[in-house]
Amino acid sequence: MSNKLNYSMSLANSYGLSKSQKIASAIGILGLFIFLLAIFNVQFTNRGLVLTIALLLIAFGTVWFANNAYLNTSEGIKNDGVWFKSISSRGLIGWLTGLVLTGFYIVLYFFPELLGLTEKGVANTGLIALFDPLSRLLSGNPASQWFVYGTLYTLAILAFGYKFILKYRHNRYEKIRTGSVMFFQLAFAFLIPEFMARLNSDSFSLPYYDLKNIWPLNYYNFEQYRVNSMISAGDIGTGLLIFGIASIFIITPILTYKYGKRWYCSWVCGCGALAETAGDSFRQLSDKSQFAWKVERWVIHSVLVFVVLMTTAVVHSYLGVDNTKYWLTKSTFLILVASLLTIVFVGAFVFKRKELAKDAKYGAIGYFVIIISLFAIYYFSSNSNLFLFKPETLRKTYAFLIGSIFSGVIGTGFYPIFGNRVWCRFGCPMAAILGFQQRLFSKFRITTNGGQCISCGNCSTYCEMGIDVRAYAQKGENIVRSSCVGCGICSAVCPRGVLKLENDSMKGRINPNEILLGNDVNLMDLINQK
Amino acid sequence: MEHIVIIGNGISGVTLARHIRKLSNKKITIISAETDYFFSRTALMYVYMGHLKFEHTQPYENWFWEKNKINLKKGYVNTIDTDSKTLHFAEGDTITYDKLVIATGSKPNKFGWPGQDLKGVQGLYSKQDLDNLEVVAPNNQVCKRAVIVGGGLIGIELAEMLNSRNIPVTFLVRESSFWNGVLPEGESEMINRHIKKHHIDLRLSSNLKEIISDENGKVKSIIIEETGEELTCDFVGLTAGVSPNISFLEDSKIETNKGVLVNRYLETNIKDVYAIGDCAEQREAIGNRRPIEAVWYTGRMMGEVLAQTICGNSMQYNPGHWFNSAKFLDIEYQTYGWVFGSKGRPDYETHFHWKHDDDTKCITIAYHKDTNQFLGINTFGIRMRHQTFDQWLTEKRDVDYVVNHLAEANFDPEFYKHFEKDIKAAFNNQLQTA
Repeated sequence: MSNKLNYSMSLANSYGLSKSQKIASAIGILGLFIFLLAIFNVQFTNRGLVLTIALLLIAFGTVWFANNAYLNTSEGIKNDGVWFKSISSRGLIGWLTGLVLTGFYIVLYFFPELLGLTEKGVANTGLIALFDPLSRLLSGNPASQWFVYGTLYTLAILAFGYKFILKYRHNRYEKIRTGSVMFFQLAFAFLIPEFMARLNSDSFSLPYYDLKNIWPLNYYNFEQYRVNSMISAGDIGTGLLIFGIASIFIITPILTYKYGKRWYCSWVCGCGALAETAGDSFRQLSDKSQFAWKVERWVIHSVLVFVVLMTTAVVHSYLGVDNTKYWLTKSTFLILVASLLTIVFVGAFVFKRKELAKDAKYGAIGYFVIIISLFAIYYFSSNSNLFLFKPETLRKTYAFLIGSIFSGVIGTGFYPIFGNRVWCRFGCPMAAILGFQQRLFSKFRITTNGGQCISCGNCSTYCEMGIDVRAYAQKGENIVRSSCVGCGICSAVCPRGVLKLENDSMKGRINPNEILLGNDVNLMDLINQK
Repeated sequence: MEHIVIIGNGISGVTLARHIRKLSNKKITIISAETDYFFSRTALMYVYMGHLKFEHTQPYENWFWEKNKINLKKGYVNTIDTDSKTLHFAEGDTITYDKLVIATGSKPNKFGWPGQDLKGVQGLYSKQDLDNLEVVAPNNQVCKRAVIVGGGLIGIELAEMLNSRNIPVTFLVRESSFWNGVLPEGESEMINRHIKKHHIDLRLSSNLKEIISDENGKVKSIIIEETGEELTCDFVGLTAGVSPNISFLEDSKIETNKGVLVNRYLETNIKDVYAIGDCAEQREAIGNRRPIEAVWYTGRMMGEVLAQTICGNSMQYNPGHWFNSAKFLDIEYQTYGWVFGSKGRPDYETHFHWKHDDDTKCITIAYHKDTNQFLGINTFGIRMRHQTFDQWLTEKRDVDYVVNHLAEANFDPEFYKHFEKDIKAAFNNQLQTA
């Protein structure tokens, strides 16, 4: 389109970096450069000191940059020049950043030896060795590629979380929410698992993990080795197992009913935490087209069906057949799963028939795929070794395609291209479950303010989930969408005070209006109460 | 099949077309010389500021129009022959209609200032204005200083836009305080201070005398009427209001004044010709409203109503309680009901005003001094619920009720600080001292 005018001229100085911002960026990059040296096996004599310096340089650079960018200006929306900056508008720098991030994830997942990972019993080298001192300090063990990743991930959330808080310092919802994701990342995702690892010894082994990481996001939580080690770890282990199951069936539904899926997706979850902090500069890049929404619904629900099947098959594979030894046998388990699914789907169809309308048939397709597959698992596994797909193959395929490629390489590596919530929107099965409940059985909605919308498009543009918020707001219709993570940015950027995230009664939550508030009362009644 | 032709693809025309489509199978054609597709005019500022790309201002995807069988025609209507029901385009072609709707919006006012048509002098209304602005004021090297003439809503938006590119702005406001023809004193003065805080050179009680050209016919400087001061500048923004964009109707039989004259059914003097939105002028003003309402919401409401009439359910334009909103740099503004500035304020209207110490939030509640009936509220920096105030106005609540129940109307995001207690205390205090 011809609206791509001569912006290159305007880039001349208004939207470039200030001198301080350039120095701050250089300091941060210097920290990253130390990591690069480590990758190429430059030997540092005092690794602990060098690591500390590198981490501090990155943190200091980001904090200084943020202070300079936001503290000298008035409180308010700070989106000036977003679409003129190369990094945030899919320019050259954006693409390069995407390539570097994607490359990093490929190395991390598939070639960790390039980062210095060695065989068990041999000392780490390279970048991973640089992180050994910190890892030993926390858990007592040498570092792994996951420890390196976890440290950098946490650092990114803390440093960019600080930046985000400054950017939205006029908005208490954003400040508190960001404080929450920073806390959960630092404490639950990073520190607690390391301390849990300290509890382990030769005689006591407990899986140490991010406790807030709930199945199906944590798709491996119910694999045999983990369940075995939890059960064998006595009361604590059993407690963790029960907590893991209760998280799915009790805690999650209650919180989602009261607050919507945001309680998890933009307040607690680690993926969401990175997206909301380091990924904030890319939120406007999500695709808002109706086509993208269609793709989203097919892909995310397919992943959900996949993970349910995979987990069922995996758990089924290690359960016994003799119910005198243990009550939970292969067939009991399958019946339980089938019953649960039936209850959920029949419940949704009976009570939410009207709201489902068009989506109902897709739901039915998903349901029947799972049920038929359950029969297949039962039939084939009881007969012989013949099986459509072996549980282990399913698990490996899922771990590769979804766990690594989708959530990591595409989900985060492509931040500067597809926006910061690609994984959460198209891939995350946890988001699919929470979204299903949010759409049908939750008090949460985004309320629109009568007739005040001017259709400007800020809300839609800055929705990281690609929801066309404006399409609802300009009809005076509340936004009740499964994908909404409740980040609150649509409400923040609205120049007319039209949007408010709220928990209110279920009644009248979905309210399409033909004629908006402010017009002839008789006309509104005539049209809207049809 | 009846052919409905709508001139203008703004909010009025498009709302009308959408509603006609919902109600009927009539053939619909929307004509625009400005853009291929409907966009939100109020969002143009965000394109210049880099918050949005132009396509983000388009509320419907491009496939929407064909899917809903709404024909879009790009062209400029030169003349209208209402006898033969034919439109003649500047491009030479013609089109016939069964019913015609004029929804051509506004154009920026020019009051005959010397130099008002020089290069680098423009208003800010159309997509073309935005494109021109991008040429004459792309950055602070090409445009070393900008002068804005006219202290209304578009003026302050233009100031914010230029400010976002670090272009120094001098803002000439005819009134003694910003927008005080509409805003009460306390609010207007708070906005004055807010403008200055953003390093905008605000000149109150200042009129433009003339715009001076350089040797290439481009603006070089302006002269201020009151002081005679000459300001060097590369851009002059004329934002002293807008008026109906109807000059193409001059030779037609359609009766006009400032705008296209319409009755309450939005009908012009010619059968089967209607006018809606900014360009329509009510023969008699409705309530406290002006005969011409150049506001997004009223344009939309007229579109909603006229669709009924055109589809056989004849209906008067009968707007509900007045409301509006705007944003002054970082401060959001909403209004519900009527709150008058010192100009044109009815005798019976009195005000309660509360302002927060941080100078970015305030409210003014207007009420009847004898009956205490709540008349309206202006709110700055605090979001309020449209529906609640609409209901209170309908129920004719008194001012005490409104002050005591203000929390119900709060629409700020969760966890925001609330000020209802402070406001209530200030209200009670004012009554005691009064």
